[in-house]
Amino acid sequence: MITLDDIDRKILLALAQDATQNAGALGRKFDLSQPATWRRIKRLQEAGIIAGRKLDLDKEKLGFGVTVFLGIKLATKGRVSLDDFERAVAAIPEVQTVEHVLGMYDYRLRVTARDISDFERVLRRRVMTLPGVGDVEANVLLSEESRPGPL
Amino acid sequence: MKFMLDDLDRRILRLMQSDPMRSIPDLAEQTGLSGTRLSRRIEKLRELGVLRGVRAIIDWRALGYEVEVSLRVTLDKTQTRAFDDFIAAARDIAEVIEIQTFLGRVDVRLSVIARDMVHYQQIYRAQILALPHIADIEALMHVARIKADESLPL
Repeated sequence: MITLDDIDRKILLALAQDATQNAGALGRKFDLSQPATWRRIKRLQEAGIIAGRKLDLDKEKLGFGVTVFLGIKLATKGRVSLDDFERAVAAIPEVQTVEHVLGMYDYRLRVTARDISDFERVLRRRVMTLPGVGDVEANVLLSEESRPGPL
Repeated sequence: MKFMLDDLDRRILRLMQSDPMRSIPDLAEQTGLSGTRLSRRIEKLRELGVLRGVRAIIDWRALGYEVEVSLRVTLDKTQTRAFDDFIAAARDIAEVIEIQTFLGRVDVRLSVIARDMVHYQQIYRAQILALPHIADIEALMHVARIKADESLPL
C-alpha cells in the first residue's frame, strides 16, 4: 500500500469533484509542474486508489424520479443459489448497484425507476421473480450526499 | 425544467456512461456525427444540467480501509430537529462517506469505513453512538460489490 502526502490527497479530492481536469490545470492549483502532477495521478491510478471514473448525470432531469433501496434475504442458501441470484440480479438494467452484505439481509440493491408505478413493475416482474428471493424490504430514497471521507 | 432528449442524445449519454473518458473523435465515430456537431450536443446537455461532469471513483480499500459498514438508523421523531441535528453531526465524522435519508422503516443510512474492526469499534463507540436522537441502529457489514456502476438505463 502506498502512502499519500497532502498534495496527493488534494489531487484525489479535486479529481473526485471533477475528473476532466488535466494535469496542467490541476498542477497550477497546487503549484506543481504539469509532469509532476501527471506522475502523481498516474501513481494514484496504478495503485488502484482511483478505481475509475463515473459520469455524473442528473437522474431527475433524465426522467428517473424514484430511487429505492431493497434489502433482500435469500430463501435458499448455498453457493449455487448465490451465483444464480447474483448473475440474474446484476442483469436487470434498473438495478444500479448490488452489494453482498452480512446482517439482517443478504443483498442490498439500488433500484432506479421513472416513478412509483414503474418501480412496482420492476419489483414485481424483475426482482420478485429472481431465483431464491425471500424477504424484501424497500426504502425510498429521499436525499443523499457523498462526503469527502478521511482524506 | 421540461425538455425532450432525442435518440441521439441518449446514445451519446449511453456511450459516455459506459466509458466517461472516451475521446470526442471516438464518440464522433461511434455516433456518426462530425466533431463540431457532437461537441454542440454535449454542450447543450451540459447547459441543460443533464450532464454534470465526470468524477473519479476512490477505492477506499486501496487506501487501507478494509471495513465498510452500512448503518441503518431510526431516529427519535418526537424531536422536531432530529433529522437536521443528526445529519449535521454525522457530517463531522470523517469516516462517514455517504449520508442518505429514506421513507420507510429506515430513516437515515450512513456508510462508514474503517481500517479494521478495531478501528471500526472505536469510531462506532466514540463517534456514531454519540450522534443525537438515535432510537435504533442496525448494521449491515459489507462483503462484496457485485455491481457498482450506478449507470442509468437510458
